[in-house]
Amino acid sequence: MNNIIELKGVSKYYHDHPVLQDIDLEVKNREFLTILGPSGCGKTTLLRLISGFETPSSGTILMKGKDVSELPAPLRHVNTVFQSYALFPHMNVFENVAFGLRCQHLPKDEIDHRVREALRMVKLEHLILRKPHQLSGGQQQRIAIARAVVNKPLVLLLDEPLSSLDYRLRKTMQMELKQLQSDLGITFILVTHDQEEALSTADRVVIMNHGLIEQIGTPRAVYEEPENLHVAQFVGEVNIFNAKVLAISPDTIEVEFEGKQFTLKNSKNFSEAEFLYILLRPEDLEVWGVNEVQNPENMYSANVVQVIYKGSTVDLILKLKSGTQILATQFFNEDDEKLDFRLGESVWVCWRSGWEVILANDTR
Amino acid sequence: MNRISRLAYLMAVYLFLYAPIFVLVAYSFNDSSYSMLWQGFTLRWYHSLIENIDLQVVAFHSLLVGVLAATGATSIGTLAAVSLYRYNFFGKKLLHALIFILIISPDIVIGISLLILFSTLKISLGFWSLLLSHITFCIPFVTVTVYSRLAGQDKNLFEAAKDLGATEGTIFRRILIPLLWPAIIAGWLLSFTLSLDDVIISFFVTGPEFDILPLKIFSMVRVGVKPEVNALCSVLFGLTLALVLAYQYCTWKKRS
Repeated sequence: MNNIIELKGVSKYYHDHPVLQDIDLEVKNREFLTILGPSGCGKTTLLRLISGFETPSSGTILMKGKDVSELPAPLRHVNTVFQSYALFPHMNVFENVAFGLRCQHLPKDEIDHRVREALRMVKLEHLILRKPHQLSGGQQQRIAIARAVVNKPLVLLLDEPLSSLDYRLRKTMQMELKQLQSDLGITFILVTHDQEEALSTADRVVIMNHGLIEQIGTPRAVYEEPENLHVAQFVGEVNIFNAKVLAISPDTIEVEFEGKQFTLKNSKNFSEAEFLYILLRPEDLEVWGVNEVQNPENMYSANVVQVIYKGSTVDLILKLKSGTQILATQFFNEDDEKLDFRLGESVWVCWRSGWEVILANDTR
Repeated sequence: MNRISRLAYLMAVYLFLYAPIFVLVAYSFNDSSYSMLWQGFTLRWYHSLIENIDLQVVAFHSLLVGVLAATGATSIGTLAAVSLYRYNFFGKKLLHALIFILIISPDIVIGISLLILFSTLKISLGFWSLLLSHITFCIPFVTVTVYSRLAGQDKNLFEAAKDLGATEGTIFRRILIPLLWPAIIAGWLLSFTLSLDDVIISFFVTGPEFDILPLKIFSMVRVGVKPEVNALCSVLFGLTLALVLAYQYCTWKKRS
């Protein structure tokens, strides 16, 4: 059995208002699955359906092949790490972590052993007698994780576990979560609205919007080959151009956008006169000074509107002749060491051919 | 405002609140039966208080009803607060609103309605009718106290406990009671005090064979305030003060 959890046609309604609609999802054993979406997209509800705090309005949830749709939370072998940590304030670290084991009425020795093992795993053995309010946010987070994994769940659910930590700590915890997941060898399902977090933790990302799954794929797939405009916009920055197919051949299409014509690969069987979106990531754009270019035939002329220095990169906001503003990210490398752009400067912009994403424009 | 005037202002507030009580305590040591003038220090009134068997029986009645009513009201009120917070049931919002109505409704209304209830049910007035009435009017105060503490807790705590395999019984015993302990004690003390000094409701629902302290004092002062009453009130005040201090000490010790 490769799939530890399967959701089949799961919907959830609150007072006739749909929160989740017809969700099909397969979670593989031992994978790190991240559910990404804006707030209110139903991702937390999806997690609560898996944990058993909510029951689906329709559809079935299978766990290890068994239907658990109606099974209450304590009887499913899943544990949750809450956004607010939800540590019991009146218990010390040991008692917090031991709580689940005590509920199972395990012998004292085994509880002691397993609690210490779990605390060793999150590197907080030395804080065993502290109360939660005596711990920092990051330490509370780790205790919350220890309290969940000590029960040896099949699946660990994490509901925006890092959202209240500061940026640097969040980065560290992402790596630690990833490490912990491979050490434990269990499935992690993490919910987040932070696309960077989703890409850096996940084996596979589920992108949700308005109660629907928009795309499921590896971080690389969702970033480089978004299936629709929402995914492209939600995962990373993207420049979107409206284009029109002028002519087609079996392998290529002739398109026009922003007043220039290009020959692109016909990857999705586009037809003539079809309207398209051309998507270009900021880092796929190249920006050249007017003196650096001999042959600007396939380039757009633009003016620098804003220069944002970010240390390892420089972000440029450029205004094309048509008035469209685009974002371009330039890296410091041997080709271009100076990256010295002035406001109002005229530049040439082009993109690395073949790196564009072409989507059908259904709205026209 | 400078420091001195600020201090003076504070003292004025305390004076306004506590001066009457200190006057009463002072007069309980006054060696004079009727005069409002200071005639010298005495413990005479306290002695006669100790020798007054009748008054001691009445005081015992009051303490008995106070302890039992506070305990009963605290148990029911805590359960009510927990169910209002944690569970959904038919008529929940109505019940929640009714609790506040009970707090603000005049004692005389509660007293008369309870009297009508007892006489309709043919319950003779005395210990049981009094105890039931005191439990009734104390419950809303406990519920409000406990509920406000519950409302300040993270709702995820209970889900986390459930997620870790806790039954409702375990959640109640190991999470709710320890978290609510300060509010439960506060609710108990509040009920105890309310029960101890209630005159109006008790006047309607107790019988002649079960007299309690507030009613006794009330009947004693009808013929003028005797220094014995002053002494009695001083003892009651001292008792209340001791309870409050004990409660403060417990919470302070727990925090440090």
